[in-house]
Amino acid sequence: MGVFINKDTKVIVQGITGSTALFHTKQMLEYGTKIVGGVTPGKGGTEVEGVPVFNTVLEAVRATGATASVIYVPAPFAADAILEATDAELDLAICITEHIPVMDMVKVKRYMEGKKTRLIGPNCPGVITADECKIGIMPGYIHTKGHVGVVSRSGTLTYEAVHQLTQAGIGQTSAVGIGGDPVNGTNFIDVLKAFNEDPETYAVIMIGEIGGTAEEEAAKWVAANMTKPVVGFIGGRTAPPGKRMGHAGAIISGGKGTADEKIRVMNECGIKVAETPSVMGETLITVLKEKGIYEQCKTN
Amino acid sequence: MNIHEYQGKEILRQYGVSVPNGRVAFTVEEAVEAAKELGTDVVVVKAQIHAGGRGKAGGVKVAKNLDEARTYAAEILGKTLITHQTGPEGKEVKRLLIEEGCDIKKEYYIGLVLDRDTSRVVLMASEEGGTEIEEVAEKTPEKIFKEVIDPVVGLTGFQARRIAFNINIPKELVNKAVKFMLGLYTAFVEKDCSIAEINPLVITGDGNVMALDAKMNFDDNALFRHKDILEYRDLDEEDPKEIEASKYDLSYISLTGNIGCMVNGAGLAMSTMDIIKHYSGDPANFLDVGGGATAEKVTEAFKIILSDKNVKGIFVNIFGGIMKCDVIAEGVVEAAKQLGLDVPVVVRLEGTNVDLGKQILKDSGLNLTPAESMADGAQKIVSLVG
Repeated sequence: MGVFINKDTKVIVQGITGSTALFHTKQMLEYGTKIVGGVTPGKGGTEVEGVPVFNTVLEAVRATGATASVIYVPAPFAADAILEATDAELDLAICITEHIPVMDMVKVKRYMEGKKTRLIGPNCPGVITADECKIGIMPGYIHTKGHVGVVSRSGTLTYEAVHQLTQAGIGQTSAVGIGGDPVNGTNFIDVLKAFNEDPETYAVIMIGEIGGTAEEEAAKWVAANMTKPVVGFIGGRTAPPGKRMGHAGAIISGGKGTADEKIRVMNECGIKVAETPSVMGETLITVLKEKGIYEQCKTN
Repeated sequence: MNIHEYQGKEILRQYGVSVPNGRVAFTVEEAVEAAKELGTDVVVVKAQIHAGGRGKAGGVKVAKNLDEARTYAAEILGKTLITHQTGPEGKEVKRLLIEEGCDIKKEYYIGLVLDRDTSRVVLMASEEGGTEIEEVAEKTPEKIFKEVIDPVVGLTGFQARRIAFNINIPKELVNKAVKFMLGLYTAFVEKDCSIAEINPLVITGDGNVMALDAKMNFDDNALFRHKDILEYRDLDEEDPKEIEASKYDLSYISLTGNIGCMVNGAGLAMSTMDIIKHYSGDPANFLDVGGGATAEKVTEAFKIILSDKNVKGIFVNIFGGIMKCDVIAEGVVEAAKQLGLDVPVVVRLEGTNVDLGKQILKDSGLNLTPAESMADGAQKIVSLVG
């Protein structure tokens, strides 16, 4: 099971002939992902890594029956690539590209209202359902199949959490990177909802960072709706205010979006927050034991 | 990217947003010349730095004649202004805006900013001009009015009118205020602003609606399509190490500690700073090498970290996804060869091509301290720098 993607998901790669896309197409194929096509305008009719290339997304979808797309298109053209995936009525568009102008995303988000396609990202590592399907750039080998869901705004912190879980013998259902940009497609609550409904997921790690109030809202949703334990971590506790820390989202101003405020609200909502990034796994295990579901979550 | 007030006003003028006449001056002579050209009885001498709170710090003076203009220009140019936004070290004034004085009847606040909750641009306004909007939000939130803008139609006339009436713009000036807001919104969208703040917006004795100040920030990710905005960049306002880093697309921020950090991914980079502090160390910088870094970029990143004389040790913390560990390892080895590292370096590698990366480091024969995890690495570097 897991969320959003599984072993049957058919995927196309937008911008497949770029060097990053090629490298990761190969990695995804090795993981077992059903990559059924690629799109690069002007390269239609060719083939890379044994995958047929099309000129347009619509053409690729009609020829292959794909329901998901992963986007590696460079930032100046990435917004258009998301629009094209939406227009082709894919279920899922996962945008890896970073540095997309915010105003482009404001328009994209507006265009996608009421449309069928779910956008994950941009500026994200993608989604993986362990041992079934990997769409994105995350290193596959750190994941093990199991019962913990991971959702995060930061790519590398997602890897960190998954790695800690695997090393501690706790497998995962899916790991979802929602991206570090201020305007993104899928938010924490969307993913938490999906994990809540997934029978294979028993607990969730939610990783946030400074800036905005998405974590606070998600925490309140958890308190009101979530039937499974959630633990958290917030990056950027020691970041100086007003400075933008890489992610456009990670800027604290006007007292809103500080790590302390987020941690306070999460604690209030029953989410135990890891003290440091290296104890995300340990913190979850403590909670699993408290809830008496540790044995069920252990891989071996 | 930030720009100066006078540059912001140049942009606003192009969009039909009224601003007072003014000229930029780099010397006292230029300032006096500018005051002469303006020909008004009163001119305002305004320090141009990338920080707010200039007035309170003595960076804005009203001159009633040319002699006063000369005196104030001489006083402010070269002065280091310390405001709540400059940090304790302050900022040296190298440019002045010489502007015609105007007869202010009342001050307002108008701002455009991206709202994350709605993923839309929001127009904010208040009758409490001249005060910082954060302060108004805290003390009298009922005095702030907002309009969420649909990107399909942009800011509409009725929304701008509603704002104008809500903040009690005199009714004979409402149309001018509407024109002002529509122009400001067009500028915001066409130039890919991240913030456009007019504080204060003023109405004058002769019935004008004007931007007395202009704070405009731009989305760095959109600068590729705005060569004109890039020309406004003032390198004097930026940290030299941050400038160097930006040449190589590295995201670098100077901090005050002694442990240099090189990390991939913004979240991991912030958390690396957090964990160093947790073990009682003090990070010298935030550095995200990004996803598409090459060995050359990694080498440059090392040079930038080491150009900070406070750095007594370096912690490399990499969890490769899009970034490959072998690329990082090659960059570290190359940097060590070129720079002859004389500070301890702790390296933690995990993720894509990790075995290849570890092998490269091992084969190099360099004296690097490997770490098994983030916590292990943080503890090791903290104890090595003492």
